[in-house]
Amino acid sequence: MGKKQSSGQVVYSRKDFQRGRWAIYLFLGIVMLCQLLPFYLAITTSLKPADDMSSALIPRTSDLAWDNWVSAVTEGGILTSVVNSIIVTVCTTILVCVLGAAAAYPLARRTTRLNKFVSAFILSMMMIPPLSILVPLYSFLVKLNGANTYWGVVLVLTATNLPLSVFLYTAFIRAIPRAIDEAGTIDGANKFQVFIRLILPMLKPVTATVVIMTGSTVWNDYSLSSYILTDPEVQTIAPRVASFFSANTNNLGIAAAAALIAAAPMVIAYLFLQRYFIAGMIAGSVK
Amino acid sequence: MAKNNNVARASRRGGGNPFRGSLVNLFYVPTLLLLVLFIIYPLISGIGLSFTNWDGYNIDKAFVGLANYKSMFTDGNFPAIVANTFIYGVGSTVVQQILGLALALLLNARIKGKTVIRAIIYLPALVAPVVMGIMYYFIFQYQQGALNQIRVWMGMDKVAWFNNTQFSIAIIVIVNSIQFVGISMIIYLAGLQTMDAEVLEAAEVDGAYGWKKFWHVQLPLLAPSFTTSVVLNLIGGMKLYDMIKVLTNGGPGYSTNSLSTYISTVYFDNQAAGYASSIGVFLFILIVVVTFLVNKGLEKLDWE
Repeated sequence: MGKKQSSGQVVYSRKDFQRGRWAIYLFLGIVMLCQLLPFYLAITTSLKPADDMSSALIPRTSDLAWDNWVSAVTEGGILTSVVNSIIVTVCTTILVCVLGAAAAYPLARRTTRLNKFVSAFILSMMMIPPLSILVPLYSFLVKLNGANTYWGVVLVLTATNLPLSVFLYTAFIRAIPRAIDEAGTIDGANKFQVFIRLILPMLKPVTATVVIMTGSTVWNDYSLSSYILTDPEVQTIAPRVASFFSANTNNLGIAAAAALIAAAPMVIAYLFLQRYFIAGMIAGSVK
Repeated sequence: MAKNNNVARASRRGGGNPFRGSLVNLFYVPTLLLLVLFIIYPLISGIGLSFTNWDGYNIDKAFVGLANYKSMFTDGNFPAIVANTFIYGVGSTVVQQILGLALALLLNARIKGKTVIRAIIYLPALVAPVVMGIMYYFIFQYQQGALNQIRVWMGMDKVAWFNNTQFSIAIIVIVNSIQFVGISMIIYLAGLQTMDAEVLEAAEVDGAYGWKKFWHVQLPLLAPSFTTSVVLNLIGGMKLYDMIKVLTNGGPGYSTNSLSTYISTVYFDNQAAGYASSIGVFLFILIVVVTFLVNKGLEKLDWE
């Protein structure tokens, strides 16, 4: 008979479970292998010189081609694009947090008809596929001289990431008792002061979620970024690695090294902030 | 005095709402401004462009009425591309629900090292799809690919997977599903963990164990997680772009394009911005309709 644990984890009776235990571990093992295999193959490939045609499954044991990594950095301009990605990600994330929190405040506290409509309008933006507005968006940016600029891509990605942020902040502020705002008003603060001094400091947990969601989406963005940023000098990491890959299909080692460098920051951030990533993912999925 | 008056008036209104003034609405003006400039304006001007023969570069463009929309019917590539869009959406949804739910159920049981297992399964989901795509390429690539090496070990010939449309489409579906299976897993895990222990206990008292309990008690309680995950995967799959770009770039020929990748090809390679805009409008409407229908359908499917 199954034993109940605190969080309601009663799934199998113990007998059922013991019987199938080896099969469960085998299944989980195969899935984990599938998830790690691409990283393994990228590592082995990145250490093979262009003339080594042996399979990626078999790692090279001597004369490792570390110069693939050097070429990825020097020829590929990977470091420049990492810096570009940091600039674009930081600016976008800050804007998305500040504007999102501010927009959510009236939407959470003043539920007038107009504001309900505004909420629904903002939320509905999440449905629009980015590629469906590619043509006019790109030509609009060209007109504004915003193509190949940081501010162009930052404003576009801020717009596409704001709806989720507004949604998360609104839900969070709704859960803060209104008594706090009222107490502030009685003490003579106006709404702006109430927001800045009382509400804003309480938004730390949801801000962590928004930062993780927006930060990773922007860092990984390819579809819009690759058209807005075509100049390698300003290109962010995902478009850079993709175009480097298509230019180096006959030297996969360099492409593999570039891909690994691009993946590293997200993987490292994930190792340290795993809990926040998963919490953020759950919060974000309710859209 | 005035303050007291404020409070009194506020409480008379029942809610005690100190936000009667609409000035605070200014807080969402910057957000609306950005959305209107970079999403709504392009969406509307895209509808306008879809009625023109603009090439994307020249200033000249002429009004051509519904010609672009009619071209969708005469464009020989189009039916297959719409079909692909659905295959990517539905295929990824099916694979991710089966695998994601199975993983969630297993990881909800008493398993050793489940934190590590969960972390590893989720790992690919947070790397950029284009970057993951390059890494998955090393599985299927002809000369050095892992899959062909396994075939060689088993005494079979190597296969040029990406030269074949069916294989390419299957690979894109599998790779997209595997990369994001962790998300479905986490959604189901969250659903399982918020399940009321008392309900499950009551079920056991009533003699529901194993499959019986899963089928009649747990599965119905997972309905909200199911809806969330299905909508997310279906729309995500139908919008698929990054993975296709890096794995096949729509090839061989145009055969593995989704609507998203086809828009960029038509716009930048074929320089038919008007036609690309009309496909953009089509994609937008398709996503809205599918989202609406799926939400409606799943609402009815409220098991119990």
